[in-house]
Amino acid sequence: MTSSRRRRVADVALQSGVVEVAEKVDRAKVLQRLRVGDIAFRHTTRAAAVTVLVILSGIIFSLVYGSLPALQKFGFNFLIEESWNPVTEHFGAIAPIYGTIVTSIIAMIIAVPVGLFIALFLTELCPMWLRRPIGIAIELLAGIPSIIYGIWGLFVFAPFLQQHVQPFLITVFGHVPVLSTLFEGPPYGIGVLTAGLILAIMVLPFITSISRDVFDAVPPMLKESAYGLGCTTWEVARYVVLPFTRVGVIGGVMLALGRALGETMAVTFVIGNAHRISGSILAPGTTISATIANEFTEAVGDIYTSSLIALGLILFVITFIVLACARLMLMRLNARLGQ
Amino acid sequence: MKHWTAFAAAGFIAAAALVPANAADISGAGATFPYPIYAKWADAYKKETGNGLNYQSIGSGGGIKQIKAKTVTFGASDAPLPGKELDESGLVQFPMVMGGIVPVVNLDGVKPGELVIDGPTLAKIFIGDIKKWNDPQIAKLNAQVKLPDQAIAIVHRSDGSGTTYNFTYYLSEVDADWKSKVGTNAAVQWPAGIGAKGNEGVANNVANTKGSIGYVEYAYALQNKLTFTKMVNKSGKTVAPTSEAFQAAAANADWNSQPGFGVILANQPGDKAWPMTAATWILLYKQPADAAATGEALKFFAWAYKNGAKAAEELDYVPMPAKVVKDVEAYWTKNVTDAAGKPIHAMTN
Repeated sequence: MTSSRRRRVADVALQSGVVEVAEKVDRAKVLQRLRVGDIAFRHTTRAAAVTVLVILSGIIFSLVYGSLPALQKFGFNFLIEESWNPVTEHFGAIAPIYGTIVTSIIAMIIAVPVGLFIALFLTELCPMWLRRPIGIAIELLAGIPSIIYGIWGLFVFAPFLQQHVQPFLITVFGHVPVLSTLFEGPPYGIGVLTAGLILAIMVLPFITSISRDVFDAVPPMLKESAYGLGCTTWEVARYVVLPFTRVGVIGGVMLALGRALGETMAVTFVIGNAHRISGSILAPGTTISATIANEFTEAVGDIYTSSLIALGLILFVITFIVLACARLMLMRLNARLGQ
Repeated sequence: MKHWTAFAAAGFIAAAALVPANAADISGAGATFPYPIYAKWADAYKKETGNGLNYQSIGSGGGIKQIKAKTVTFGASDAPLPGKELDESGLVQFPMVMGGIVPVVNLDGVKPGELVIDGPTLAKIFIGDIKKWNDPQIAKLNAQVKLPDQAIAIVHRSDGSGTTYNFTYYLSEVDADWKSKVGTNAAVQWPAGIGAKGNEGVANNVANTKGSIGYVEYAYALQNKLTFTKMVNKSGKTVAPTSEAFQAAAANADWNSQPGFGVILANQPGDKAWPMTAATWILLYKQPADAAATGEALKFFAWAYKNGAKAAEELDYVPMPAKVVKDVEAYWTKNVTDAAGKPIHAMTN
């Protein structure tokens, strides 16, 4: 009933002259009703948008407020000290910061090329009948809860790495300078490298599915023209598809990086949770979110709790810096190309 | 349309009214270590009396915070609060159930209970001074065991826990070096090794890593079929981790030496005492705002002391000795009162 009236009102707006005669509806009244509707719509959407700002500033405020005791006590040293000692209540955040960044870097080094290759294969090379199964498999990968990745990582992946991959890495790189430090030590199975690899698998679907969607949006005419000029598939991908879609691809990569920086459960299971910085990526480490998840429940005392909240604030700042860098990079790219 | 909303609203009101109507549910929060036995007791108690228990295992630190915020009737903690803190917050404290912490190892050819370790050696392993299994200090205690020339992989808890509190308390008791360098807490700065989440995480890492050593609640060692070790206790005797050995530690402890029975059972005297026995405590208000709710909670605890021993043993916990239970109940009568100063426990009995 209501909808039929609304439809009539819409007709009125389109062909007011006709309706005025036929239905004798007051034109000003109708327009007034439309204006009210529009205003209500505008306010509703604005309220929804403002909610985001309110929530965000609420979170920032509570993070800053909660971390004040720790930041006042340790000052700048909180950022550069390695000690994390609940007994003496002396806390420094550099080990979790280091772990967060290194695991994310490992994840991106692996996931970005692999994710882009999968997307390119799916859009440019894959036979039609295979596209759907691979596409669905990628999306399923994104739907697996992180705790499952953690359990799988601990029970299946870590023992595999410990018995097969890590001994291989240690022997192969044992006498190469720099790399021997990077791949040093007993093969625990769990550690920074394992966490990075699990993260790579977890963020892969983000990169792949976003890249695939934007690759699909490249006008066929551009690609066909390039092929017509004698370009190889690689040249088309490199010089036509990627430049055309870089904004979308970088967006997908940043989304993935955001997830890698903040991922908690899966990392906690496989990183070894040790508050130490080690030159070797086979050694156990910790990340910001893993530390918070591990220690928050049993953190007794204001300084301890506050230090954990301060870690949360640092993660927030890191994420912000990453996003800002991505924006800056995009602006520079666009400027260089004169767009 | 309208009467649907009215109906929904009535439903909400009814649901909201149902919650207080169900307020006979005793509410508590805290330690994760005793959660399985509290849940089992609660189930049996509900069948018997119709009163339920809503226990949230959010961790000891959380339990202490919740009882101080008065959101729950009782809090539960694996580490006892000191007498001063109890007095300041107007809380009473008593032990509810006990368990044992055992070192577990993963060594080829070594069966459960074969390896023997003493306190100082355990401390030196976890501090990273003893790096290999065939170290003379371990070999000295294990003449008949063939120890491999293998690096020791240390596995500890990554989350704050009462298990770690009791474990580090014991190591601090037996090793001055550990006390000064690491100390005692629910979470400490571990000098070496990898951290795993929860008893199950440590159990799994030890099971997966050759040459590893960790520490878990006794029940987890049994359930995961891990190789637990024997220990040399304070009296210099070698003991195996058994229910009797945990009971012996509790029996020898001087429970009244600390306010609120806050005795850590690590390193207790006695020939049969297991050196790493641990109790878990309940926290209540001396003069609770809701005397009836606290009365219900006390009834549940009294029931559990009286009827819960078998269930506890089935889950590899250790019930409190009868003498301690008698002292605790006398302590309730003396200390937990309603606003008029009348004892709540006697009143509800």
